[in-house]
Amino acid sequence: MKFVENVKPDVTTDIVYMMCPMHLLKLEEQVKLLDPGQILEIITDYDGALEDIPSWCEKTGNEFLGVEDSGDFFKFYIKKLAR
Amino acid sequence: MKKYYFDHVATNPLHPEVLEAMMPYLKEEFGNPLSVYEYGMTAKNAIEQAREKVAFLVNAKPAEIIFTASGAEANNFALRGIALARQNEGKHVIVSRMEHHSVLNSARFLEKSGFAVTYLSVDKAGLLDPEAVKKAITKETTVISVTHASSEVGTIEPIKEIVKVAKERNITVHTDAVATTGNIPVDVKDLGVDLLSMAAHQFYGPKGAAALYVKQGTRIVPLIYGGIQESGRRAGTENVPAVVGMGKAAELARAEMQERIAYLRPLRDRIIDTMAGVERVYLTGDRANRLPAHASFCVEYIEGEAMLLLLAAKGIFSASGSACSSKALKASPVLLSMGISSSLAQGSIVFSLGMGNTPQDVDYLVAEFPAVIKRLREISPYAKGWGDREEGGEACTVKE
Repeated sequence: MKFVENVKPDVTTDIVYMMCPMHLLKLEEQVKLLDPGQILEIITDYDGALEDIPSWCEKTGNEFLGVEDSGDFFKFYIKKLAR
Repeated sequence: MKKYYFDHVATNPLHPEVLEAMMPYLKEEFGNPLSVYEYGMTAKNAIEQAREKVAFLVNAKPAEIIFTASGAEANNFALRGIALARQNEGKHVIVSRMEHHSVLNSARFLEKSGFAVTYLSVDKAGLLDPEAVKKAITKETTVISVTHASSEVGTIEPIKEIVKVAKERNITVHTDAVATTGNIPVDVKDLGVDLLSMAAHQFYGPKGAAALYVKQGTRIVPLIYGGIQESGRRAGTENVPAVVGMGKAAELARAEMQERIAYLRPLRDRIIDTMAGVERVYLTGDRANRLPAHASFCVEYIEGEAMLLLLAAKGIFSASGSACSSKALKASPVLLSMGISSSLAQGSIVFSLGMGNTPQDVDYLVAEFPAVIKRLREISPYAKGWGDREEGGEACTVKE
């Protein structure tokens, strides 16, 4: 797993306590709204996202920048790539 | 025998237009909103339209409305969901003693789970003093839950002032607005609350549909785990017909509210004014800050249940205290919290009006009720006073 710190996102989506698979639905919905090059931050308490979000990025051709473990929650950073 | 229904705080009949709106979803439009084909999309659109109507009723955004199966579920969800979501910041919860059992018992659950809970008393009119809330706040407080109005005594609480006190300390505020939503103007932005519970059957919608308003950005731990219904915050296949009915009821309530209040308030005042002339009958709750269709009393020297039975024999249906307390033949904790003696609290009775009541219905009630009181007092062992039991009338708001 790629861990990062101090990434500056363009958009933040807080899905803490929302049930699986909201992390994938919100991810798709939010990435659609971004311009290429912009960074999305997803905050979640769901540890299954550690596996799901990197593989979603790989599958959809977006860049997974990494995750920050803030103790209570995970912050995932995804950069939208031009297709 | 003609039936006179004066128990609209217990529940309301369906508005005919609500039933009509629900019918297709009880019949041919049976789809699951999560299904991707046509049946599913129709059902999904129907619940999203209902969400918009419910949001409009309370001045919220549609995404801030989470449908639940009951007002009690919304209250459980709110109290437990916020207390758990914020437990790393503190473990203290404040509720009033006026709350419905769904709030009080959720608070007791939290207490057993290691939270500290403060139960605040109200004054003799049933009003919670915002200063008392301020004094109860500690560094650990994360949630305050106060009812918007008590269905037992009709008092409307000063939520805006309580929110003001809470917001100075970054505390999440929930209000149980089951008795008020759809019946008086309820505006989440104006009230300033973070969460608000409502139930469709309190405003001519169906049972089985209710909602919790959760202000955007508020983290809440789910009460029911499962799928991604309600944005992954409340699992379970939606009760589509009931949710559609709630939407229609919300639309009608919003459109007709002022008209309904203008019709019901004078009928309520007629009951209160007539009963003020009957000896040792006391209005409970606040006279001014009161639900427009709610008249509640304590009648000295007789029991609520006896009144209910004699009234029912005349076709008049009403309630004594809350439905739960009434069934258990217990003195209402709400009345006791207002400082009313347990003896007097036994004589509690609530008349709540609805759009199906006519002025003639009220004429009948105000003619028959004093006669029922007279008859019961003739046979009451306490008719000449409580003896060595305590007197309680002074705690009530209206006393001649």
